[in-house]
Amino acid sequence: MAEDVWILGITMTKFGKHPDKDTMDLASEAARGALADGGVTIKDIGVLAAGNLMAANASVGQQLQKQIGQTGIPVYNVANACATGATALRTAIMSVKAGEADMGLAVGVEKLAGAGLLGGANRAKDADTWEPKGRVGAVAAVDGRIGTETMPGVFAQIGMQYMHEHPYEGAEFELFAKISEKNHAHSTLNPLAAYTKKMSLEQIMGDVMIAYPNTRPMCSANCDGAAAAVVVSDSKLRTLSQEQQRRAIKVSASVLTSDPWQEACQVLPDVNTLTRNAAATAYEAAGVGPEDLDLVELHDCFATAELVHYDNLGLCEPGGAVDFFNSGAPWRDGRLPVNVSGGLQSKGHPIAATGIANIWEVCHHLRGEAGDRQIEGARVGLAHVIGLGSACGVHILEKAA
Amino acid sequence: MAGEIPLVDYLVLGDEPHLRASECTACGARFFDRRNACASCGGTDFREVRVPTEGEVRAFTIVSLAAPGIPVPFVAAVIDCDGTSVRGNIVGTEPTPENVRLGMKVRLTTFPIGVDGAGTEAVGFGFTPQEAN
Repeated sequence: MAEDVWILGITMTKFGKHPDKDTMDLASEAARGALADGGVTIKDIGVLAAGNLMAANASVGQQLQKQIGQTGIPVYNVANACATGATALRTAIMSVKAGEADMGLAVGVEKLAGAGLLGGANRAKDADTWEPKGRVGAVAAVDGRIGTETMPGVFAQIGMQYMHEHPYEGAEFELFAKISEKNHAHSTLNPLAAYTKKMSLEQIMGDVMIAYPNTRPMCSANCDGAAAAVVVSDSKLRTLSQEQQRRAIKVSASVLTSDPWQEACQVLPDVNTLTRNAAATAYEAAGVGPEDLDLVELHDCFATAELVHYDNLGLCEPGGAVDFFNSGAPWRDGRLPVNVSGGLQSKGHPIAATGIANIWEVCHHLRGEAGDRQIEGARVGLAHVIGLGSACGVHILEKAA
Repeated sequence: MAGEIPLVDYLVLGDEPHLRASECTACGARFFDRRNACASCGGTDFREVRVPTEGEVRAFTIVSLAAPGIPVPFVAAVIDCDGTSVRGNIVGTEPTPENVRLGMKVRLTTFPIGVDGAGTEAVGFGFTPQEAN
């Protein structure tokens, strides 16, 4: 049995528009912040995992070393869709678990402000002569002709599919908009969120429609940001100061899954099965269940996605996601607060930073350092991300005993 | 008329247009793209099967914002054709939440999408409601 791994230091930059900062400015700020938070320096770090999606071939980890410290340690540059940050963190955790390093640094950074609609390419003019190309022998672009490639449209269908499998008497559009209303309300307490304005249900439903039932505020906000974490082995932590040990957060489970084959999974991405598998593995590894969680940060890339993950993560009875939401449970004063950071819809979604930023949020509460938005007495939390393709990361975190 | 060509090779034109899938002979998993092996069981033997042309809407969205050059709004959907899931647009009805319902019965339809320099017409497909609404 490998020894436990702890989060020693963790930080995130403000998410939003940073026109005056480049990728390295943001990554350096987060990395140096995490080192300072953990009371260590780059010289203490034995492995670096760096996540970035938009410049995945740019060796962002080595670029970062050239700014904050070239110590010759192994660097892993990782890209795994929207699970890139969680994958970077897990890479550092695995290195420590394997005994190759006693301290590791994981960084996720993205410059995404103004990126616009993700998924799907501009449609070029049709060719002069029809010629079958690619794996389906298409003679012309299929996006828009055979369904949609856009992320808001794909995740809209994922939410609607849940409504088909679990028929709901009420108005689906209003239900999904209410989920967004919750997250925007939560964001007002998070100074690091890209958007911190409370929005009424009427405002959300009346905003620009992107892909029914997702209007603009129901979609994750493309923005700039970075997050970083220092992880440490249990034996190394025991040699550090009482204060470092007190603030360290135990990684009770770190799980990564991909999507196992299911009927239809290559027609509409299946974000459910791999999340269920990751959650089951994580709960077993941590020896806790959903009933033990004090807060959850889950991957609400769209309002339609949040709903299905209540069920996938076992936060409700099977099929009971709508009832769970309507009971008020996932509001910050409810039974099981979900996305008290404001979620991706308001905090923002700088892709590779997201999977570490959600862990920062949970750690912040477990340390009792979350200020105005502190969930009182929080001891156990779960962070979840999903990247299409697909990859799912689930981490369960616990306050030091 | 220089003839027709399907938008994708899994659309079979002719008197009875339909979609065809590659079915793994070992486990029955169905696919629409060129295969290296079966994603479900790893098998490498496939047979072509005809996908039923009638089905029901399992999921849909009405896309109002798409990449430049793609006309909006349109309805993108997943159709359950008697156990085989198919991606396609819902056509032949207004793209509004009032006109598209989960569970709605639809059937395959084909339509021209353009003619190339040689006069060949490309034909696409979609699904249209079985009952007028």
